[in-house]
Amino acid sequence: MNDKVFEPKIITFCCHFCAYAAADLAGSMRLQYPSGVRIIRTPCTGRLEVEFYMRAFENGADGVLIAGCLEGGCHFIDGNLFAKRRVNSIRTILEESGIEKDRLRMINVSAAGGISLVEKINEMVNTIKELGPNPIRKIIDGSGGEYKEFETLNSR
Amino acid sequence: MIVAQRKKIPEIFNVIQEHKNVLVLGCGTCVTVCLAGGEREVSIISSALRIASRKAGKKIKVNEFTIERQCDNVFIEGAAEEIKKNDAVISLGCGAGVQAIAERYPDIPVYAGLNTAFLGILESRGVWTEKCMQCGECVLSDFGGICPVTRCAKHMLNGPCGGSREDRCEIRADQPCAWQLIYKRLKNINQLHKIAKEHPVKDWSKSIDGGSRTIIREDHRI
Repeated sequence: MNDKVFEPKIITFCCHFCAYAAADLAGSMRLQYPSGVRIIRTPCTGRLEVEFYMRAFENGADGVLIAGCLEGGCHFIDGNLFAKRRVNSIRTILEESGIEKDRLRMINVSAAGGISLVEKINEMVNTIKELGPNPIRKIIDGSGGEYKEFETLNSR
Repeated sequence: MIVAQRKKIPEIFNVIQEHKNVLVLGCGTCVTVCLAGGEREVSIISSALRIASRKAGKKIKVNEFTIERQCDNVFIEGAAEEIKKNDAVISLGCGAGVQAIAERYPDIPVYAGLNTAFLGILESRGVWTEKCMQCGECVLSDFGGICPVTRCAKHMLNGPCGGSREDRCEIRADQPCAWQLIYKRLKNINQLHKIAKEHPVKDWSKSIDGGSRTIIREDHRI
C-alpha cells in the first residue's frame, strides 16, 4: 500500500452527550468526513479506560480520537477532564513504545458542533496521513514493508 | 505501603529481547494501590511491550497475569502454571516481589518492571510521599509522630538546622522543614518540652547500613 491510497483507520470515541450528537448533526447537515473514521459511542469520555487506546493501536488502528464535551460542559461534571489527563499520560507511553504521540488526540465539541467536529476529524485525518500507517502494521519478514489490512490483523 | 514507579518501556523491552514468551506479572497489594503494578498497569505495560516488539520486528509473545501478593510463597504458587509457560517473567512487584519470584524459580529469568521508590502514604490523589525509611529503631514517640530521620534531609535528631527558612527546608522550596512540623505538632499536643530532649547519636547498624535484616520469631516458627 502506498501513501497515495493510504486511507487512515481512525477509531473515534464519541461522548453520547455531545460529540455523538454533533456527529449526528453532521450527518443531518450532509457534512462529509472520510469513511476510515469509525465512531464508537461512549456514555462519557471519562468512561474510557487507557487500555482501550492501547488495544486499538496494538490491533493496528492508525489513530485514536477521543471526542468529549467542551471543558466545563461535561454531563457528568468532570469526566472529560479526567479523560484529558489520561490521554496525556498514555501519549507518553505510546511514544516510549514507538508509536507517534500525535496518533492519539482528544478534542472537545458541543452537541451543536457538527461543523466543528468534522473540521477536527479532518485535521486528525491529515495528521495521520502525514505520519503514515501505524508502524506496527508493517510486516517485517523481509518482503519489503507491506501493510496488513487493519481488519485481518490479529496481534494477540 | 511500598511506593513504586514504572520503568520506561524501552528499558523493559531491552531486557526481554532474547525471549520468545514473556509473562508480565502484577501484584495486587502495595503497587496496585500506588498505581504502578496492578492488573491495569500489567495490561497497559503488556500492550506497550507488544507494540514495541512488533515495531522492532520481533515475535515476542507477552502474556499477562496478576497475583494477590508477590512477596508471599502461598500467593506465588497461584502463578506457578503461568510462570512455567513462559521463558521469562517481568515482575511488576516491588523489589521484594521480584526477588521472591526469582528465589522460587531459580531457572527462569525474572526482571524488574518497576523502580521501587520508598515507604510512604497517599498524600492526595496522585501524590505519594515518603514517610518511613525503616531505620530499625523507631523514634516517632519522641517527635509527635513526625519522623525527623525520614523527613529531615539531614536526618537530624537534634534539630532544626540553620537551613530552615520560613518553615521550608533549604534543599527544596516545596519541602517542608520536618523540624518546623515537629515543633507545631508538639505544641498542639502540649508536649513541647520533648523538643528540648537531647538524643544521642543514632545506631545506624540497626538500619540497612548494618546489612540486610532478618527477623526471627521463635514462637511462630515450625
